[in-house]
Amino acid sequence: MTAVSDPQSVAALAAEAVDNRVNLDFETEGMTLNMGPQHPATHGTLRIIARLDGEQVISAEPMCGYMHRGYEKLTEVRTYPQINALINRIDWLGSFANEVPFILAAEKLMGVEAPPRAQWIRTILFEMSRIANISLFLGDFGLQLGGMTALFYAFRDREWVLNQIESATGGRFHPNFDRIGGLKDDLPKGWIESSHTAMDKLLAFCDEIEDLLVGNEIFQARTRGIGVIPAEIALSYGLSGANLRASGVDWDLRRDNCPPGLVYDKADWKVWTHPDGDCFARTWVRLQETREAAKIVKQLLDTIPSGPVMAKVPRIIKVPEGEAYVATENPLGEMGYYVVSKGDLVPFRVKIRSASFNNISVVPWVARGAYVPDLISILGSLYFILGDIDR
Amino acid sequence: MSQLSSPETETPEATAPQIDEAREAVLAEVTARLGDGVVGSHIRPGDDLWIRVDRANWVAAAEVAKAMGYRFFDFLSAIDWLPSPFGRDMDSQEDRIVSGAPAKEPEAMVQGYAGGETRFQLLARVYSISAGMGITFKCDLPDNDLTAGTWSNVYAGANWHEREAREMFGFSFDGHPNMINLYLPADFVGHPLRKDFPLLARRVRPWPGIVDVEPMPGVADEEGEGE
Repeated sequence: MTAVSDPQSVAALAAEAVDNRVNLDFETEGMTLNMGPQHPATHGTLRIIARLDGEQVISAEPMCGYMHRGYEKLTEVRTYPQINALINRIDWLGSFANEVPFILAAEKLMGVEAPPRAQWIRTILFEMSRIANISLFLGDFGLQLGGMTALFYAFRDREWVLNQIESATGGRFHPNFDRIGGLKDDLPKGWIESSHTAMDKLLAFCDEIEDLLVGNEIFQARTRGIGVIPAEIALSYGLSGANLRASGVDWDLRRDNCPPGLVYDKADWKVWTHPDGDCFARTWVRLQETREAAKIVKQLLDTIPSGPVMAKVPRIIKVPEGEAYVATENPLGEMGYYVVSKGDLVPFRVKIRSASFNNISVVPWVARGAYVPDLISILGSLYFILGDIDR
Repeated sequence: MSQLSSPETETPEATAPQIDEAREAVLAEVTARLGDGVVGSHIRPGDDLWIRVDRANWVAAAEVAKAMGYRFFDFLSAIDWLPSPFGRDMDSQEDRIVSGAPAKEPEAMVQGYAGGETRFQLLARVYSISAGMGITFKCDLPDNDLTAGTWSNVYAGANWHEREAREMFGFSFDGHPNMINLYLPADFVGHPLRKDFPLLARRVRPWPGIVDVEPMPGVADEEGEGE
């Protein structure tokens, strides 16, 4: 393959490659396959209308909106603390991670900084949400490809991290624990020790999944070389998180553009990338990410500073006039909030940039020319949460 | 980062000179390439850059940004700057009309960073992984012609974002390949994210959240704002 540096030529070449995947020599009468809105591989209610030629997908168009809850409209009539409870429900598997960028955006506009202890606990809970989110992916992706065992192991060990989140925040799914200027509460007694135990269990789970699923011959046959997304395509569609890193782009907001208020620089960890860009690469990167997250948590647990968990903020939160965009590296990818404030109790406008929306918009491109069973691999490995697409 | 220091700690940035050379350079380069197309800008040092372009240069702005290495497409959306006629308080203008009270003077429309002249503004953000910086582009759309060129030929990801902006705000994007509704049913009437589109749930049961800002019993009202 010749080296092409111009992004537009690369994009043109990629488009050509997609067209070449479709074999029209044996054109048959087309068929339209409707997948969802209730398909297990759609994590909610995504519907995909695929036009087929034999076993090959000619076009796949996702139909969204079955779960559109109008959050951008609702944020305009809710106070900042109320929005915090609302946006928990965007990516419901990593709820705490949804709160953080919004709180950080409000803190940025207010010029408030959380005390160090709150920043530490925030980062720990953020990474725990990541583990809770991705460990389900690791099990569920196996299920979608026909390997049911992995799912049970994932649910068994995910419980460890959910218990930790629950005992610290009071909620397994929707913690609503982050506050402008800090956290709702300090950690309960004995939480640090039990979190160490939980992280050890999760690291063992990663090893287990690696043997059980990722190393499995059938799994590799179903994922290797399937749904390849080149880096240039991934960037122009705005793919983020593991989907982007699996295409070889070494970019992680935790390391490269970490907003103040999170303490990733205090831990020693690594950003993993994979050059292949296929379904296997995406799974593999996520597996490594879970490991790194557990390592980050373990390191930060040992270095939590003492002190208050809440800065001095007014009881009635009024955010000064201004605009701010804060994005963090959420389990599914880059999640950001563009907050426009007019100095009121409620924001004037909040644009929610959710990771899955961009991640899934590449489906029409990547599914073209794929075979029907591979469509499941592609959807599963892009890993989206419907609430994160529809918002 | 922040210009204000937190109540407990003095941040050194508060006194540091607020000049962001990297973002000034980016702004200068975009201005050099687009010329008069850049009609407004705003820099928050060490944090972010806003550039407002005119409508004729909206697509050119995307091309320039991509050529400058801003290859990651973040999002595209819009802002409706009209002050909401449906206040969270019970004396919003609509309620006054119903109850026969004299109309309230509407609030003035104030656009945010990088300025603006129209009610609707397009808002898009791109990011450069190598530079570690993002640019937020804005573009005024006149009320009588809510049309702009499509970014989807430059950033493929803009395709869905423009579909969303179309149904939520009622814009149209010239040259868009697949201009159909993304979220809303095809026969939906109205554009929900416009400020004058009522949130019906709020009209039926107004503002339960107002109780949250009343002072707690026995607590002195620190801010003097517990209406």
